[in-house]
Amino acid sequence: MGSVTSFFGGLCRKQVKIEEERLFRANDRPYNLSYQYANNAIRTSKYNVFTFLPLNLFEQFRRLANAYFMFLMVLQLIPQISSLSWFTTAVPLILVLSITAVKDASDDINRHTSDKQVNNRMVNVLIDGELKKEKWMNVQVGDIIKLENNQFVTADLMLLSSSEPLNLVYVETAELDGETNLKVKQALTVTGDLGDSTDLLAHFNGEVRCEPPNNRLDKFKGTLSLDGQTYSLDNDKVLLRGCTLRNTEWCFGLVIFGGPDTKLMQNSGKTTFKRTSIDHLMNVLVLCIFGFLASMCAILAIGSAIWEGVGAGLTSFLSFWSYVIILNTVVPISLYVSVEIIRLGNSFYIDWDRKMYYPKNDTPAHARTTTLNEELGQIKYIFSDKTGTLTQNIMAFNKCTINGKAYGELFDFSGQRVEITEKTERLDFSWNQLADPKFIFHDHSLLETVKEGNPEAQDFFRLLALCHTVMPEEKNEGELYYQAQSPDEGALVTAARNFGFVFRSRTPESITAMEMGKQVTYELLAVLDFNNVRKRMSVIVRSPEGKLTLYCKGADTIIYERLHPSCNKLKEVTTRHLNEYAGDGLRTLVLAYKDLDEDYMDKWRKRHHEASTAMDGREEMLDELYEEIEKDLQLLGATAVEDKLQDGVPQTIEQLAKADIKIWVLTGDKQETAENIGYSCNMLREEMKEIFVVAANTPEGVKEELVNARKKMCPESADEPSVISSRAGLFWLQKIERVEDEKVEGEYGLVINGHSLAFALEKDLHLELLRTACMCQTVICCRVTPLQKAQVVQLVKKYKQAITLAIGDGANDVSMIKAAHIGVGISGQEGMQAVLSSDYSFAQFRYLQRLLLVHGRWSYLRMCKFLQYFFYKNFTFTFVHFWYAFFCGFSAQTVYDEWFITLYNLVYTSLPVLGMSLFDQDVNDRWSSQYPQLYTPGQLNLYFSKKMFVRCMLHSCYSSLILFFIPWAAMYDTVRDDGKDIADYQSFALLAQTCLLIVMSVQLCLDTFYWTAVNQFFVWGSLASYFAITLTMYSNGMFLIFTSYFPFIGTARNSLTQPNVWLTIFLTSLLCILPVVAYRFIVLQLRPTVNDKVRHKLRKEALPAPAPRRPPTRRISTRRSGYAFSHAQGYGDLVTSRRFLLRLPLKSRPALFSQTDSPLAQNQPQHYRTIAEGQEDAQSP
Amino acid sequence: MMASSYNAKEEDANHPGAANHAGAGVVKSKKPDNTAFKQQRLPAWQPILTAGTVLPAFFVIGLIFIPIGIGLYVTSNNIKEFEIDYTGANIDNPCYNCAKNFSWNSTAQCVCAVTFTLEQPFESNVFMYYGLSNFYQNHRRYVKSRDDSQLNGDRSALTNPSKECEPYRRSEGSPIAPCGAIANSLFNDTLQLYHIDSNGTLNEIPLVKKGIAWWTDKHVKFRNPGGNNNLTVAFQGTSKPVNWKKPVFELDPEDPENNGFINEDFIVWMRTAALPTFRKLYRIIQKKASTTPTLPSGKYVLNVTYNYPVLSFDGRKRMILSTISWMGGKNPFLGIAYITVGSICFFLGVVLLIIHHKYDNRNNSADIPN
Repeated sequence: MGSVTSFFGGLCRKQVKIEEERLFRANDRPYNLSYQYANNAIRTSKYNVFTFLPLNLFEQFRRLANAYFMFLMVLQLIPQISSLSWFTTAVPLILVLSITAVKDASDDINRHTSDKQVNNRMVNVLIDGELKKEKWMNVQVGDIIKLENNQFVTADLMLLSSSEPLNLVYVETAELDGETNLKVKQALTVTGDLGDSTDLLAHFNGEVRCEPPNNRLDKFKGTLSLDGQTYSLDNDKVLLRGCTLRNTEWCFGLVIFGGPDTKLMQNSGKTTFKRTSIDHLMNVLVLCIFGFLASMCAILAIGSAIWEGVGAGLTSFLSFWSYVIILNTVVPISLYVSVEIIRLGNSFYIDWDRKMYYPKNDTPAHARTTTLNEELGQIKYIFSDKTGTLTQNIMAFNKCTINGKAYGELFDFSGQRVEITEKTERLDFSWNQLADPKFIFHDHSLLETVKEGNPEAQDFFRLLALCHTVMPEEKNEGELYYQAQSPDEGALVTAARNFGFVFRSRTPESITAMEMGKQVTYELLAVLDFNNVRKRMSVIVRSPEGKLTLYCKGADTIIYERLHPSCNKLKEVTTRHLNEYAGDGLRTLVLAYKDLDEDYMDKWRKRHHEASTAMDGREEMLDELYEEIEKDLQLLGATAVEDKLQDGVPQTIEQLAKADIKIWVLTGDKQETAENIGYSCNMLREEMKEIFVVAANTPEGVKEELVNARKKMCPESADEPSVISSRAGLFWLQKIERVEDEKVEGEYGLVINGHSLAFALEKDLHLELLRTACMCQTVICCRVTPLQKAQVVQLVKKYKQAITLAIGDGANDVSMIKAAHIGVGISGQEGMQAVLSSDYSFAQFRYLQRLLLVHGRWSYLRMCKFLQYFFYKNFTFTFVHFWYAFFCGFSAQTVYDEWFITLYNLVYTSLPVLGMSLFDQDVNDRWSSQYPQLYTPGQLNLYFSKKMFVRCMLHSCYSSLILFFIPWAAMYDTVRDDGKDIADYQSFALLAQTCLLIVMSVQLCLDTFYWTAVNQFFVWGSLASYFAITLTMYSNGMFLIFTSYFPFIGTARNSLTQPNVWLTIFLTSLLCILPVVAYRFIVLQLRPTVNDKVRHKLRKEALPAPAPRRPPTRRISTRRSGYAFSHAQGYGDLVTSRRFLLRLPLKSRPALFSQTDSPLAQNQPQHYRTIAEGQEDAQSP
Repeated sequence: MMASSYNAKEEDANHPGAANHAGAGVVKSKKPDNTAFKQQRLPAWQPILTAGTVLPAFFVIGLIFIPIGIGLYVTSNNIKEFEIDYTGANIDNPCYNCAKNFSWNSTAQCVCAVTFTLEQPFESNVFMYYGLSNFYQNHRRYVKSRDDSQLNGDRSALTNPSKECEPYRRSEGSPIAPCGAIANSLFNDTLQLYHIDSNGTLNEIPLVKKGIAWWTDKHVKFRNPGGNNNLTVAFQGTSKPVNWKKPVFELDPEDPENNGFINEDFIVWMRTAALPTFRKLYRIIQKKASTTPTLPSGKYVLNVTYNYPVLSFDGRKRMILSTISWMGGKNPFLGIAYITVGSICFFLGVVLLIIHHKYDNRNNSADIPN
């Protein structure tokens, strides 16, 4: 019954006006039905059995090409016009239509099955006071449903009650926004009290008034009216379809939006259809060709009028259309089909590539879009996310310096640095039962030092174990899990843990740690929290012995100012080490401590208490207090944490830079972190002349900084950007503005933060930003929101007319991935959202090199070669008709046999050209990577452009002249060697078409760089099939059976035995080919391209050895990293808050502390607090 | 593992087991198959244009083409050909009157005699052609205007010719056989050749009218309806093409093997020409004895029964006498073209050689910019 109502609902819904507000009552189906809201059935399929044929055909004929061929076919049915039989167009058209139809049908069948499967999932629905199993598709708005753990959320629900305390539920939203961490939702208390009592729930009659269906995942507004009271509803009370219920036994929810109205479905669908620049060029060219076709036909029609003499208006009109039919082969239907096949083939190569397969999580590369391949060979700008894309989002405690001694590096006997690889022996931490098995360290001396009881080393790790805001979780004895707010902190605490200082548990007043196997509990007196200005954090603890100590860790510059003068010597040594670490791109932190005396501490605590309870100026007072106590510190040492890059990132970036691709990093991270990564992956280099940092807070400031930077790079650059306006696209309707590149001496870098970026993206500054940024070698944008990421991409896309690629792994990269010409998703840890909206996906950033430099380059090369050859082949074919028109009274007589016209594109020339465009490679993959500069022709559009097209046309013009006039001259008034006819129409047709086909085959051979057996087979096979088919069609049998279709009987036998026919064929082929060879040879000699040079080199040399392993270069850096934690303020309060601890045993979700660089995720801590504090607030009406 | 130590090859080598696992059925790995095709490593030959291949090719082509060209040219030059225009467009042409007074309705035949002199004797078999100019036998509407089924003897097509034949499909209610414009415009001049010997007597030269059409045309493509026994009966109920003076079954009443649709003059005509100027084989003059030339030099008279008007469309009619070689009739073009192309090739080869010598260093020593 449900489906019936939904059917009618579906019908009626079309008439219903746009919903402005949604109003419904719980448990009141008849009332809710009156609004005709969509039920929960979804339909993503397009057709059913009956509508398939008409709808699909309609869809297909909406494509211009198909409609055009249909029109041609209709023309051919008019006998006065028809210069060709109907089958010349019908056969290809039907073939194309049916292939597409089969593909569409199979796609739709898949969608049907998945719809069916989803619609038939079962869920518990409360009907008439009873829980009944019901299919998903029968769920209605206003129904109350019960969800159990790990179930998918059926529809968009308002949470009523849950099994968990405080009516909390945990959901995983991976399918929606890609984040794998759990999110917390909480029901209103008034509904939470309903519990799981079906009675109460069945009598729940709240009325919900809320916003109409929309696609905003992060917003919801509505009210619940219950017993005369109104409660407000927000996003926290709503479970969205697509989420999964986790760690929650059960929950009840009220259906708000069903099926097509859910936010999930509203978000899916309208995917923007990306087209490549070659597509656009092809459209323009096809249009030009049509214009050209029309003018050719007009010329011939005029010719016909003159030839026919007076009163030939009608004849010449008919002749115009006849020529439209004959000359339409300039744009054959097979062009589009072949282009699709080539792209598909190249996509498969990407899927099949073992060198882009990541064995660790069994992920092959995947081309999700099969229509963009050649654009991979034209990328000019890459926009990359940082976390999870360049980095693994894993922090590793890598090195440290304790009391002037550096640890963490290995040296051989001669004192040379030894490179650490996976095979290097790791430290054995098995003596420590609480050690984290995943922790890796190589330097034995550190462990020995600690075990020997070196006090500084012990203090060092004690500090790491105590001074932090990490939350421990010990599910089973000895199984410790740390919930660190930032991965750096987690890495440091884990390091301390493995070296014998295990942080075990905390209360607001104490921290318990295992120190070398001994349990010690420290009294936690104060946490001097981190913030952006302080760039440090401290804790004050009292040891069991009663010793008061302040432990502080922070950015080197900050701590150094606060050190006791007695540490000066140590400071120098440490500074040297810090410089080395910074040079290696490690994130450093300096550790210091200070012993405090009891009296001072007492006073300080009192003042601290006063300050923290003060009504105004609390922050300033606290800062002052902290400043006062954090001085005269004793330096302990420094840590160096590696933000682990993914494998091969620096090399990949280097290679891509050599290919003249500019890489911009757009990250949500802090400036320091981003800069750090910039250095460690070789994007920012010490040799750069200058690295500009734009971090102003006003539009004027931003402008000034940008202009200054630009003037420094290029003093003579004009004040006003030179915007070149032009028109392009179909019908030249599209306005194009482009900003020219400006020449810059030397390399520069630009770092711009989110605030400044917001101003710089405004209308009046964006060109300024673009000019400055494009002058720099490297651009890093930090603290960028997803929207800004997309804006930056669009800015470059719009004004540079360059092909852009965006690569990312998280939900925050989706906008950028969709905005760029090509989106690449890293199938990594942050969920699947980026992958789902991407065009290509793979597991590691380094595969980008292969995707672009090998697959992209090949695809581009192949596509361009294909188009060049294809246009050449068809233009030549067609022009011959044009020349013949002058010898046949402009009567639209064809030069070739009709069957040849039908089969030329379909059979005789299709496979060889496909073979070339599927297998061709100028140089193999190794050489492609060896010489990244081979990539640049693609960026400059050198292989196929309007210029190339014109050249192609001139070439075919020449060839067609040869192809027509040589046979013409050779056959003029000639007879066979027995005196009989050979200059007849049929023999001439055979001669012309044989010449044409042989010339085309030879030309193809000349264009092919890479001759596989398949190519050989296709070329020879096509020629052989031509002769076989021709002989068959011209045979007695065919004529006697289908007399009127095969009138060429005997032509092949009679004319192919003549020596002068073969001499003509030979002459024609040579005349077509020789100039090409000579031209190419001269160009090769005079102006060889990089490509030619490499190909020459390749002949002489063996494969290049893989790039030699370079030992990690050590840069001596004077640059120090700041407190590079992706830390947020406020955690100090949290760990010392009572309320927090009350909640702690309840559930400590990973979600609460998981860290991502997405701004979405950054509000999680606050989110958490709203729940904690919101217990009273949320219920107030 | 330090990032910089990454090596793709190593990674590949480190995990060779993945595919084996799949084979063993333990875990279905998604690792792509290691086949040459899928990895785009198909063995291939990668030719490039080098001086070592291009230059010799040019010289060799030059060296081959020039002798062939010379051979062709000499052959073509050895062919004896004589051509005479008998259209009668000019007043001094003997056929002027016939051409001028031509009328479709007259039943009287106009005969004109054209005299000419052969300077040289024609030794071997001589082929006699008629040539037409400015005759667009390749016009689309003309080419289409035939019914191959009818010509192949199909009975239903005989009585109901294809629509393509319009407007020469029916005449006075009965179907035309053979229908269509091509058949309708059949060349119907009669040419007779006389040799005037030294004492002034005219000796008619025997002209063979069979063996002038393609074998396939004569035996497969064209067939008389209902066997060849009684053509008059077979063609009953059809009418002759409008412009014809006699019906199709009277084309050659003497020889049933050459009558009706399989009349060779008709077949030759029906094989439409590709170009507006064309010649068609009319008769063959067989060589009689090995000692005397087929056509000795001297004076000849061509007797033309002038039935075929061409002046209305500015056409021209010619009679051509020609001998034949292995490469067909006289056509100096191929020979000249081969010689020219061969010379150009040779010349280009030299030019390329110079260019190569001058610039090759640049190519080889130049490093690829990094």
